[in-house]
Amino acid sequence: MVTYIIRRLIGALAMLFVVSAVTFSIFFVVPRLAGVTPDDMANRYVGRAATAANVQATAQKLGLYDPVVVQYGRWVKGVFVGSEYDYGAGVEHCPAPCLGYSFVTKQPVWPDLVDRLPVTLSLAAGASVIWLVIGVSVGVLSALKRRSIFDRGAMIIALAGVSLPPFFTGLVALSLLSYGLGITAPGGAYVPLSENPAQWAYSLILPWLTLAFLNAAAYARLTRAGMLDTMGEDYIRTARAKGLKESKVIGKHGLRAALTPIVTIFGLDVGILVGGAILTENAFSLQGLGKYATTAIAANDLPKIMGFTMLAAFFIVVANLIVDLLYAVVDPRVRLS
Amino acid sequence: MTFLQLNDLKIHFPTDDGLVRSVDGLSFQLERGKTLGIVGESGSGKSVTSLGILGLHKGGRAKISGEIWLDGEELVSASPEHVRSLRGKKMAMIFQDPLSAMHPYYTVGDQIIEAYRIHNNVSKKVAKKHAIDMLGRVGIPQPDRRVDSYPHEFSGGMRQRAMIAMALSCDPELLIADEPTTALDVTVQAQILDLMRDLQRDFNAALIIITHDLGVVAELSDDILVMYGGKCIEYGSADDIFERPEHPYTWGLLGSMPRLDREVTERLLPIKGSPPSLINVPSGCAFHPRCAFEPRTGGKGSTLVPDLVETEGGHLVRCHLSREERRDIWATEIKPKLES
Repeated sequence: MVTYIIRRLIGALAMLFVVSAVTFSIFFVVPRLAGVTPDDMANRYVGRAATAANVQATAQKLGLYDPVVVQYGRWVKGVFVGSEYDYGAGVEHCPAPCLGYSFVTKQPVWPDLVDRLPVTLSLAAGASVIWLVIGVSVGVLSALKRRSIFDRGAMIIALAGVSLPPFFTGLVALSLLSYGLGITAPGGAYVPLSENPAQWAYSLILPWLTLAFLNAAAYARLTRAGMLDTMGEDYIRTARAKGLKESKVIGKHGLRAALTPIVTIFGLDVGILVGGAILTENAFSLQGLGKYATTAIAANDLPKIMGFTMLAAFFIVVANLIVDLLYAVVDPRVRLS
Repeated sequence: MTFLQLNDLKIHFPTDDGLVRSVDGLSFQLERGKTLGIVGESGSGKSVTSLGILGLHKGGRAKISGEIWLDGEELVSASPEHVRSLRGKKMAMIFQDPLSAMHPYYTVGDQIIEAYRIHNNVSKKVAKKHAIDMLGRVGIPQPDRRVDSYPHEFSGGMRQRAMIAMALSCDPELLIADEPTTALDVTVQAQILDLMRDLQRDFNAALIIITHDLGVVAELSDDILVMYGGKCIEYGSADDIFERPEHPYTWGLLGSMPRLDREVTERLLPIKGSPPSLINVPSGCAFHPRCAFEPRTGGKGSTLVPDLVETEGGHLVRCHLSREERRDIWATEIKPKLES
């Protein structure tokens, strides 16, 4: 068990290196292959009226003439020990963990990401609880009342939920509930949990529901399919043959087995979400990681995009690891060795 | 009063393709301490009958009629909740494939403890002790350790033993074993059959063994019921069925049973064709399309459903041939082939 975890941790670390190398290549090698010169890249970091000599000096100082491998090595080193960015007009310090330095906002990337994280975490935590509870309950009821009006209605709504993107449902919900009826907080509202828990929940309820609608729909369908499968298993018949009450047959024997795939998907979904709920954050103007990413992409701010990508990858890798460990807890047939 | 009595039990399932007559007018009796073997091909209605006795079709789509009397109580008309309270306690079941019939996420012990505690208001500790006792009784070595194992950690034979321990945990008076040895190795089959015989004697339960394997029923049964197309086509003591069978289908079953005690001079005698559809049951005798003796019935085979008639001392046969014809065919045409 311990060796398994250690091995998986090493694997996770290797995975992050691969992700960083690939991301780095996309941002620094691919443009070069497409004909972008180091001078072109340095052009971003100097003023509008810079002379060619100025640009070359900056490119020289930022190491843009160095081989890509050396540049990547410098980036990795920065993650562990921090780094300095000398762009000619001055030297910017970027302490470890330095995921890059944005010359657009003149700030290191990491502190920004840390600032944004609570918003995204709040969004992910609330939404995931809601969609898990609603999705699984609706899925179970649908499976048990198969072909009933409830089942058909729920599955139609679920189809809508899976099909409608949050930038649509979110905006419709905002205009109806916040600006029309005024019962929920307007877009862009966010109160930290530490300041006022009630306000925190109030400000986030609409984004939670929007995001939960999307995923609850998927979970309802998944749970329904899983329950239908499980309730036809031989061990369910055995449980009934023992004289077990039907509620226990469903809850203890049926749901337990049907939930295994749900646990897997749930872990990964939360991991992906913590890396930024891009569409929902944009729809509600929440200043989370997803919004940070879209802003950075719009501004062509490579270090930010790179830093965000790395953080998102980190969460997904961690989520994967947790799911794998959890799997062994849920299903005793899985042996971690 | 008879301990278990079925009167004209019918279990039909409406489907999009038509009505499936899985069990179509089945009657039999069984006393405590006795064993009834129900034999038939896949789809003859054997398993549906056993699940019907346990009331596991209640609340589903099945249409059930007739009577099931268990120790003075009628179960077809009883409330589902009442039948549930009898399940596991008064009547219990052993299933075919113990790997899929046990929940993979719970330990063997937990599953026996659960079965025991449904019907006995005892602490987990007491129930666990009982589970260990039961596991020991069905011949599982080191039961105090194996009680915490998961089903997948058991071998096939051990799992079936555990399944039997679970079924017997509440001391049921009726035990139904649905193909209890089909999923097991041949060497283990004999052990399980021995175990079931011993336990039945200890518990004095009525035992129904459902199987397609005549060898299994020969080993255990007092009486044998042969099913075909949802109906009983021959019923009698084990001697009746093995020494004086009168139904062509039973002859076919005996002919297709490999035997090691005779020389391999001839091939097995398989029954031609395949089991009937339970939606479009053949007219007349359901077996007539596969019956070699149908021409001798003078056309009755394909038009009239034969009645189940007593031929001699509790030996019932459903066949258009006369008793004399059947005995003659058995003595001159079938028996010599089986013994050659």
